[in-house]
Amino acid sequence: MSEKQLLKVEHVTMRFGGLVAVDDVSFDAGDRAITAVIGPNGAGKTTLFNCLTGFYKPTVGRLLLTTADGGEHLLERMDGYRIPQVARVARTFQNIRLFPRMSVLENLLIAQHNKLMRASGFTVLGLFGLPIYRHAESKAVDLARYWLERIGLVDRADDDAGTLPYGDQRRLEIARAMCTEPCLLCLDEPAAGLNPRETDELNQLLVFIRDHEKIGLLLIEHDMAVVMKISDHVIVLDHGAKISDGTPDAVKNDPAVIRAYLGAEEDEELPPEVASDLVSIAPGAIGGTH
Amino acid sequence: MQNEKIRSFPEMVKDAVIVGAVSAALALPLVGFKTVDRTTQIELEFRFGEMFYAVAVIAIGRLLLSLTAAGKARAVLFITAPLSILGLLEYAFELVPMEWPELAGLTWLAATIIAIRAWVFTRRDKAADDAVARATAGLPVAAVVTLFSRFGKFLGPAAAAFAILMPFLPFADQRMVDIGILILTYIMLGWGLNVVVGLAGLLDLGYVAFYAVGAYAYALLSLEVGLNFWEALPLAGACAATFGILLGFPVLRLRGDYLAIVTLGFGEMIRLVLLNGPDFGLLANGAKGIGDIPRPSFFGMEFTAAPKPGAVAFSDYFGLDFSPIQRVIYLYYIILLLAFITNWFTLRIRKLPIGRAWEALREDEIACRALGINPRNTKLTAFAIGAMFAGFAGSFFATRQGFISPESFNFMESAVILAIVVLGGMGSQVGVVLAAIVLIGGPEWFRDLAAFRMLAFGGLMVAVMVWRPQGLLAHREPTIKLARSPRETPVAVSVREKAT
Repeated sequence: MSEKQLLKVEHVTMRFGGLVAVDDVSFDAGDRAITAVIGPNGAGKTTLFNCLTGFYKPTVGRLLLTTADGGEHLLERMDGYRIPQVARVARTFQNIRLFPRMSVLENLLIAQHNKLMRASGFTVLGLFGLPIYRHAESKAVDLARYWLERIGLVDRADDDAGTLPYGDQRRLEIARAMCTEPCLLCLDEPAAGLNPRETDELNQLLVFIRDHEKIGLLLIEHDMAVVMKISDHVIVLDHGAKISDGTPDAVKNDPAVIRAYLGAEEDEELPPEVASDLVSIAPGAIGGTH
Repeated sequence: MQNEKIRSFPEMVKDAVIVGAVSAALALPLVGFKTVDRTTQIELEFRFGEMFYAVAVIAIGRLLLSLTAAGKARAVLFITAPLSILGLLEYAFELVPMEWPELAGLTWLAATIIAIRAWVFTRRDKAADDAVARATAGLPVAAVVTLFSRFGKFLGPAAAAFAILMPFLPFADQRMVDIGILILTYIMLGWGLNVVVGLAGLLDLGYVAFYAVGAYAYALLSLEVGLNFWEALPLAGACAATFGILLGFPVLRLRGDYLAIVTLGFGEMIRLVLLNGPDFGLLANGAKGIGDIPRPSFFGMEFTAAPKPGAVAFSDYFGLDFSPIQRVIYLYYIILLLAFITNWFTLRIRKLPIGRAWEALREDEIACRALGINPRNTKLTAFAIGAMFAGFAGSFFATRQGFISPESFNFMESAVILAIVVLGGMGSQVGVVLAAIVLIGGPEWFRDLAAFRMLAFGGLMVAVMVWRPQGLLAHREPTIKLARSPRETPVAVSVREKAT
């Protein structure tokens, strides 16, 4: 990869008692690039994400984030909430975590909490409605409106987030993460449960974020239509260890990946979902039928 | 519509007999025997007559309920409604002297509940016939609440105006103003707890601890240090807020039931410490409590007929005849002012980032952390601010009563304040007012109901749980709305809304 490295993951290991969920994984994620982490269920993808975003502390290893302005942050040493606040790493969740009983706009404003908190003089100035705070709030609303227009939800801005259709909730969660103005956006299965049209819209949104917001994206995904189409760099995990790393095409044809997805012995009777995955990952794997 | 199967009449009778048998088994030890304290020993008396009567009421009631569900609601209504009305008339005018007043009450209660149920069913059947009515069909409670939320905009100012004028309205005697003070105290406590429970979603069962801290802080500051009410008030609030933070630290990682238990324990701890009387000035009084707490003065003027030498009495200065109600009215306005401040503060803070962060924390703490919100500080501010208002209310309580003891701050108080918040609808300001009037004013006004007072209270709570599980006013308005840009005309928006 020719781009500047944004995130360096070095020898990260996460143990839960005797279970090794992530085993000595190292990789780089580029700035202004989409890096996908794939792997069979239970491969440790989400655990890796949780280490990265401060929900777990890795047992071993280093997570170095180098921002565009040259700031360096060791994520494994930071408190969970400081990672988005200081290192500007935002994330979404596999099971959507919006604030369901708050409006869409409120969801986007909460994402700008720290900025607004400072502007409101830690509540004291805001309590008396000083213009500094009002100005900051209207700018925050402008940012929220920008992202609402991006995801086509301006009309629903005042509705409760929990009342949105599933696909809209997914996109709102991404918009909310973007409102924190991150330099790295981590997406945990953003296409889960989306129909093909919504998946297409998601792809466009992610490519837009990479090209116009000029930030790095890291995504966990099962949907190969997303991974193969938009990612610049793919990392494959299996049983907690990295087994492959490279461009989508290189990974597709890596025998280790095919083995991980299909098992060591190539059986002719594959479950249909595995077979369809396989066709998109490795066209040559099933007797050259593709 | 009903999910219960419609059963045949013999089946219903069988069901009623079974229910009667079960209740007989339960009633035998509870109702059937009565211990009577004779001079020499305790003797057992039998009350089988009453017991059989009660069991019969239950069995017949069960049968009527089954009939209601089976579509005979109107017939059931014809039987029970007159009974219920008769009971009310009987209560009001005491037509016939009765041998077993409790059982008459029981019959009346059963008839009333069944009548309400039957009435609901007849409404439901009607609604099923009428497709247009179906949209608006519902329960009277719901209709009243819709009305409230529709006129909610005017409700607040109207209530505030009423509260300001109340002491001078013709019906306001000293007792009324006293009840008003009591209700306003609980409204203020409700609003304060609303910050913690309603907004931040931290279930606090020990809220009364901060009320106690405020009351004792005021008592000590006025008696030991010699500060007057207005000087001591902010300090007492700050003291309670400090205790809020002290409690907050250890419970940061807890939520839900676990948090409730720890806060419950904290509330009891404060009470027990006060009861045991630590060796700290007047606190050593322990269970005896602290008396002679100074009353608030009006710019240095006391509300008394015989002022101390050198001091001026309020009534003398304004050339009025001394009357104890002047002090009561003054207290009323103090608590009204404090309540208004609480209301203004909470309404305002809800629209600030910290208020939104509290609500976000209630909705999803993990998402909050992923957005860079510091959950520790956010929770601690909620605890501190909630506790501060309890501290203010506690100071007021101390100055109003003139005497405080640990017994005023037992768990029951916490439960009542929490009930006000939950009944009113979490996070709703007007809801808290309504709930405080119902829960505090109700029992005060209906003291004449004697033993049935608490029964009515319980019945009310059950009714709210059935019909308004989210509280009386559970509607939540967003704290900010998106101002539509010019090209988004209102027409276009409404057309699109219709299309979706």
